[in-house]
Amino acid sequence: MSATTTTGRFAGRMPKFIRRADPAVATSFACIILLLFLGSLYSSSFLSPEYLLQQLKVASFLGVIATGMMIVILLGQIDLSVPWVVAVGAMMACAAAAYGPVGVFLAIPFGILCGVLIGLVNGIGVAYLRIPSMIITLATNAVAQGLMVVYTGGFSPQDSAPAAVRYLATGFTIPGVPNAVVIWALIGAATVFVLTRTSFGRAVYGIGNRERAAYLSGIDTRRIVLIAFAVSGGLSAFGGVLLAGYASKAAQSMGDAYLLPAIAAVVLGGTSILGGRGSYLGTVAGVILITLLQSILSVMQMPEAGRQIIYGIVIVAMLLLYGRSPASR
Amino acid sequence: MKDWRYWLAEQRGTLLAVGIFVVMFIIYASNHPAGLTANVVQTASNKGVLLAFVAMAQTLVVITAGIDLSVGMIFILTNCLASWLVLGTPMETAFGVVAVLLTGAICGAVNGAIVIYGRLQPIVATIATGAVYFGIALLLRPFPGGSVNEDLADALTGRLFGVIPSSLVALLVVVLVIWVPFSRSVLGRAAYAAGSSETAAYMSGVPIRRAKFAAYTLAGLLAAIGGLFLTFFTYTGEAAYASGNAYTLFSIAAVVLGGVSLFGGRGSAIGAIFGALAFRTIGDLLFVFDFDPLWQPLFQGVVLLIAVSLGAFALFRVRNRLEWFG
Amino acid sequence: MDGAVPLFRMEGISKRYGGVRALEKAELSVRPGSIHAILGENGAGKSTLIKIMAGVVAPDEGRMTMQGREVSFASPAAANQAGIVCIFQELSLIPELSVADNIVISDPPKRFGMIDRKAQRRIAEDALTRAGAGDIHPSALVKDLPLSRRQMVEIAKALARKPRILILDEATSALTATDVSKIFGVLKRLRAEGLALLYISHRMNEIAELADECTVFRNGRNVATYTAGTKSDTEVVEMMIGREYSHVFPPKPKLGGTDKTPVLECKNLCWTDRLNDISLSVRPGEVVGLGGLDGQGQRELLLAFFGVLRGLSGQVLIDGKAVSIASPAAARKDGIGMALIPEDRKTEGLMLPMTVRENLSFSALDRLSKGGIIDRAAEQRHIDDMIKLLAIKTAGLDIPVGALSGGNQQKVVIAKWLMRGPRIILLNDPTRGIDVGTKQELYQLLRKLADAGAAILFYSTDYDELIGCCDRVLVLYDGAVKRELVGAEITERALIASALNIHGGEAGLRQGAVA
Repeated sequence: MSATTTTGRFAGRMPKFIRRADPAVATSFACIILLLFLGSLYSSSFLSPEYLLQQLKVASFLGVIATGMMIVILLGQIDLSVPWVVAVGAMMACAAAAYGPVGVFLAIPFGILCGVLIGLVNGIGVAYLRIPSMIITLATNAVAQGLMVVYTGGFSPQDSAPAAVRYLATGFTIPGVPNAVVIWALIGAATVFVLTRTSFGRAVYGIGNRERAAYLSGIDTRRIVLIAFAVSGGLSAFGGVLLAGYASKAAQSMGDAYLLPAIAAVVLGGTSILGGRGSYLGTVAGVILITLLQSILSVMQMPEAGRQIIYGIVIVAMLLLYGRSPASR
Repeated sequence: MKDWRYWLAEQRGTLLAVGIFVVMFIIYASNHPAGLTANVVQTASNKGVLLAFVAMAQTLVVITAGIDLSVGMIFILTNCLASWLVLGTPMETAFGVVAVLLTGAICGAVNGAIVIYGRLQPIVATIATGAVYFGIALLLRPFPGGSVNEDLADALTGRLFGVIPSSLVALLVVVLVIWVPFSRSVLGRAAYAAGSSETAAYMSGVPIRRAKFAAYTLAGLLAAIGGLFLTFFTYTGEAAYASGNAYTLFSIAAVVLGGVSLFGGRGSAIGAIFGALAFRTIGDLLFVFDFDPLWQPLFQGVVLLIAVSLGAFALFRVRNRLEWFG
Repeated sequence: MDGAVPLFRMEGISKRYGGVRALEKAELSVRPGSIHAILGENGAGKSTLIKIMAGVVAPDEGRMTMQGREVSFASPAAANQAGIVCIFQELSLIPELSVADNIVISDPPKRFGMIDRKAQRRIAEDALTRAGAGDIHPSALVKDLPLSRRQMVEIAKALARKPRILILDEATSALTATDVSKIFGVLKRLRAEGLALLYISHRMNEIAELADECTVFRNGRNVATYTAGTKSDTEVVEMMIGREYSHVFPPKPKLGGTDKTPVLECKNLCWTDRLNDISLSVRPGEVVGLGGLDGQGQRELLLAFFGVLRGLSGQVLIDGKAVSIASPAAARKDGIGMALIPEDRKTEGLMLPMTVRENLSFSALDRLSKGGIIDRAAEQRHIDDMIKLLAIKTAGLDIPVGALSGGNQQKVVIAKWLMRGPRIILLNDPTRGIDVGTKQELYQLLRKLADAGAAILFYSTDYDELIGCCDRVLVLYDGAVKRELVGAEITERALIASALNIHGGEAGLRQGAVA
């Protein structure tokens, strides 16, 4: 008896991300190395620090968005409003910047706030009205799109991203490390902390595993779900802000290219789409993997059509490798 | 209770959808500048029928408690394919139609195989296959173009006896040939059973896998019929990403409006068809009332948001909060 | 009867789940025209045995023969084909389909390749009548039927499949007394028609009335087969638990403390048609039992206290002050300090894939964290205390709680609430499906908690527990308290009499009516 508790304690001292690591995370990292290897056969520049850093920078936009998606998926829900929340974040930040110095100052918070608001609508729908998340987030996505179409008149807005936003996405505060990467690292660290060390994080995993049990344990499950969706909305919008800074302006369907990658990154990183299981390390691996794949396809000058096909096939193939639900018998 | 009351209870969702459609259509037609002419009906039905096919496709999968987020892309893919193949002599055209429908069915079957035999979650699996289907569509039609056998197209989008829109007749035929046999077959019942409670269905020795596979495959076929009609209406093929996504989204809206339970096991394609027609009519109300078309996406989004929130009223009847968690 | 050829035989059947041995070289033979009862504790291997017979799981080794020919079933459908039909506990009905749809589900009548609805209706009506449930409308949706009616549909469904061997697994547990007697009539008729029936039940009186032959299972083996009526209840119980049956309950304290203010009290509590004007009070240091037949409102009463039910009328008082508790989160707060050990530990008590550690501290995280950040040292300390207090056997704190045995899982459920030091503890049938040893530990624990000042409201389906553990027992019938039994009044006879709502307790009671 005492021996067993000792092992328990020993395991308890091991960092959580090692204990939670599962074959999926290992496979993802193996695939990253494989992709880099294949890429280096094609061109030696694939292993150059500049290229890797550049990839990491591109990955950080997806990384920020996938972080929100992961929290929602851990709850056993999904957030399909990503495409237009990203666009809303970008457009609103740029729009705010048009209102003089105060606007410029508030551009980033305002963009994020808009995302949080959409996330709150999602959260209220899922937590309080018990609408399936897939449906309510599709609906809010449509509403967000409608709002932006009305706002922009159907064209990409002319406001350009303010300098601060551009600096955030493309500048360097720490020499050699792009700001976007720093931001992702900060958000990632915060997420790891929240998921593993706080009661909120435990509640997220608990709800994802068995909401009924979490509720009967006295957890205010609705509040947790609401917060998670608000965070997801905020992070998507923040991703949009960064993208606007990267491209210097917002565009109509700029978010479309981020829904599938965000879900894929989370799921490829071993997070169960049914909720309750997954680690942030896996999501990081998934994000880098997806970004590298996209990059290699574009370096190889694969046309959009081929990219979509390969992309879909790779995701299905990798999921078939380790993302399968258990056999029923 | 009398038999008819059980029937009524069972068909409540469908009847509600019919009701919404009728009300919306009356508002639409009575405010239409041209009034209720055969032309107005024809245009309305041509637009509605497209979504109706895709919504039927979605229904089949949703009944099994799954979801197909690739229906819109299958719709687009088959549109692009039809703009190459449905051409020429009647023989060639017939071959083209068969090839297009077969392609749709294969796409659906691939989805089914991945979800059922690969045991992947339908959401992720069909988003991914949707990307593949869109990629193929883009290969076929990097730029909008192509053409279609116009005689056939005109016949299927025109009017029968000068009054009845032939697209509606086509829809009816598809319902009679695909939906009715399916829903009354053993496989169809198995699909409902699997969607309602998979464990119970398994315990009862129901052919779950075959039923789900059939549902996904038929969904692909129905989406292809939709794609074919899109070609008939537009005379071209276009790999339009936004349009594919919109059809997927609207198909879910139509299914919800049509009283099909997203948790599986309940609802009918008839309901979804009326849901689709109602959704289209609601979208078109804006034109009738002379709003800026820019407002249309927002309006449709709000309608969708309200439609999905309406179901939440059942929540207030729940007396035991544990029922929230299913 | 002895000369009859076995219709079905199982020899040397073994089945393991992971490291756990569920069946070990089990034998069973079933004869036509007889009712064969299977007895055994939970976890003795009964349900695995049935699942193998019904084709739900495949055995690791052993052979099955049907009329001398070797058979194996790849699926429930295959077993059905061979004539083996199992009635599971309301597991196999499809809620969104109609009663008729359900009855013919595995082999619907067909016409031109489509389901023939008229024929289906006929079959369903016929089967319902045969099951003695002609009052159920074939067009009703199963999800709209109450539990007891669903169970009747389940039986009708089995009959429609024209079985040669019919397995009833606790098939009467959800039924009302009238339904049970109807079903017994049906079963006896089926026996006369030459069917083999396999009957699994915990209710000794049912077995005494029905069975021709009994087989007792223990630890995955069949330990004895005997002709019904040749063994006394005590002998049977001893075979089941495999040791001397002794009184295992901790001594009760003398009655007293009636002067203390009740911690938990309710007045005229009503909720839909399940709770009818319930008033009760529980004082600190008291263990109050809830008795009665299953499904008389006991579970709802506990949920009502715990803030789960909406639309309650009447009053709930804590420490004599009226309160309104709208959620479990409110119920566990400091001023109230309530805990509920829920009915189903696998879906309501635990998150099975999460670790023992995470489960143990889950309900107390607000106490164990500052500003939302978990104090891991404090968490570890409390967890260690709980592991020691309840003697939870686990291979580590960071293994999934689902890997623990049933008894230890239940201990984790209790421990996670004890970690908050609750003043009011509600228990919903906490010993269901756990081993005898753990049960005894729980009885001791309950008494210890009560002695430390907790107020305990304890619902159990096992009358022995109520007799052994409780200071008072409130017997519920049809959502109302029918009788309060105090101290020495708590006897089997009194419990059963009031559970059946029979006044006085003499009329119409069979001997040994309690398992």
